[in-house]
Amino acid sequence: MGIRGWGPYLASAFEQAALAMTAVICDLQDVRLATTIRIECDGQDDEFLLVNWIDALVYEMATRSMLFGRFRVSISDGHLVAEVSGEPIDVARHQPAVEIKGATLTNLRVYQDAHGHQVAQCIVDV
Amino acid sequence: MDIRWPNASWMSDMDASRLVRKNEWEWHIAPERGMHVPGVLYADQALVEAMDDKVFEQITNVARLPGIVKASFAMPDAHWGYGFPIGGVATFDPDAGGVVSAGGVGFDISCGVRTLLTNLTVGDVEAYKTDLADVLFASIPAGLGSRGDIHLSDDQMNEMLAGGADWAVRCGWGEKVDLERIEEHGMSAGAVPGFISEQARKRQRSEMGTLGSGNHYLEVQKVVEIFDPTRAAAMGLKLDHVVVSIHCGSRGLGHQIGSEFLKRMALAAADHGINLPDRELACAPLDSSLGREYLGAMRAAINCALANRQIITHLAREAFGRVFPNASLNLLYDVSHNTCKEEFHEIGGLRKRLFVHRKGATRAFGPGHPELPDPLCQTGQPVLIGGSMGTESHILAGTEKSESLAFSSACHGAGRAMSRRQATRRWKGRKLVDELAERGIIIRSPSLRGVAEEAPGAYKNVGAVVDAAHGAGLARKIARLEPMICIKG
Repeated sequence: MGIRGWGPYLASAFEQAALAMTAVICDLQDVRLATTIRIECDGQDDEFLLVNWIDALVYEMATRSMLFGRFRVSISDGHLVAEVSGEPIDVARHQPAVEIKGATLTNLRVYQDAHGHQVAQCIVDV
Repeated sequence: MDIRWPNASWMSDMDASRLVRKNEWEWHIAPERGMHVPGVLYADQALVEAMDDKVFEQITNVARLPGIVKASFAMPDAHWGYGFPIGGVATFDPDAGGVVSAGGVGFDISCGVRTLLTNLTVGDVEAYKTDLADVLFASIPAGLGSRGDIHLSDDQMNEMLAGGADWAVRCGWGEKVDLERIEEHGMSAGAVPGFISEQARKRQRSEMGTLGSGNHYLEVQKVVEIFDPTRAAAMGLKLDHVVVSIHCGSRGLGHQIGSEFLKRMALAAADHGINLPDRELACAPLDSSLGREYLGAMRAAINCALANRQIITHLAREAFGRVFPNASLNLLYDVSHNTCKEEFHEIGGLRKRLFVHRKGATRAFGPGHPELPDPLCQTGQPVLIGGSMGTESHILAGTEKSESLAFSSACHGAGRAMSRRQATRRWKGRKLVDELAERGIIIRSPSLRGVAEEAPGAYKNVGAVVDAAHGAGLARKIARLEPMICIKG
């Protein structure tokens, strides 16, 4: 399953990619923003930073049994800091379709498109 | 934008004219531009033409990796994967700079199928089918966020990672006799729990005995057709009898290990002097500290999958016992289809120690193989092929020829014919559940969207895949199964 985020900045493209990831699992509108956690990660370049960001989210979802619906990301010098909001998984209400195993390096690209938008994309394994 | 995006790639079929057809079931890609070995596909013309064109590229990329021997193989169900195709078999020689690849195993390490034979007839189960479905659904945690009742301490985690199904049986989940019906007797030797990260352990702590989601399931199935009466009888397969098949893998632990090593191998490739045709082919020499670390961790993840399927087996036996007090569920066999295994094979007349990656491919030892217990030693190793929840599954057996064709390997399932998104546009979960119920198939799942994404029509025809495996001689058809109850993750 491919996820792709667009935004004016690298950080906003990463936020959008994370939203796309949640949409792979369930309807975004069903995720309440009850709890906020902090995530930090690094990457050798922007593309590995994206993979590490998505993997960090997968890890937090799995170990906390949560879904996230809002992502506030800032990135400087290859270091990402995020405030991530969501709630515990409620199977009846969220109807989660799949479990994301992790981000892959497939179709992994972080670049600027012809309209000047930052794009962040990769395939996630489900 | 020139990116091939998977949703579009479903529409781009393989051009069979780029392949050399050797016979009805075998197609070759001649070595070119850095390929060390040819590509070999086993499939009929219709399957080849329906394969994604990306499979061609992936087969040839794998053929460019160091130390690969004989050929880069694709099984009849091959489809687009991450780096290596799903349905790919690639074997590497450690003495010739051969590599091990996290992408060549897959994220769900040791995902596999086990089938249990019951002493129940279709008539026995039909009378209590709804009760059985409800009890199974209540007993076996399925779907995202589901937790088992088992929570492992640090010591128990290490014992599980070292001991696999053998550990599970020692803990009381199953019988010792189960172990001889599992690859490597239920325990992958050479597992190094010390190479499993804290994160992987934390993801697994409450996930033992859970099915997971996506295409994972527990199915109660009926034997509807026997193709090989002698071998079916030897395996204990009887027409109109009921079997149970479980499809799942190494859960969060395996996924975490896959993710961690994929990144590490991609970053270290240049240091190992490996020029990757594509970053997603990330690998490390078998004879390197990273390669050895991955092998130790991957084997521990294999043990996690084997323990998981053993615990689910125990839960299924308990559930059946509540509805049918005299039911017996005996293990026919347990095979994994996402692995890299150290095996001995003949190359140029010499017996060599090799490492066989099977990603979305099943080991298929032929009759007489020393690792097979009686009576499977006479029939050939059972090859368990899962279809979709509304169609059919198959039991095949390894052949005398499978060793010489593709290092004793065969297909693993149907493979998707369309994306999850396309499936949810076409089918709705509730309607699908009702339609299947009308056909006598009970679906129990925590997610109706998940059911829609797994719609039978979203999968290729598994019958064509097993016919090709049979025709090519990779494995022989033994019996066909149809679902009665499907507990869907």
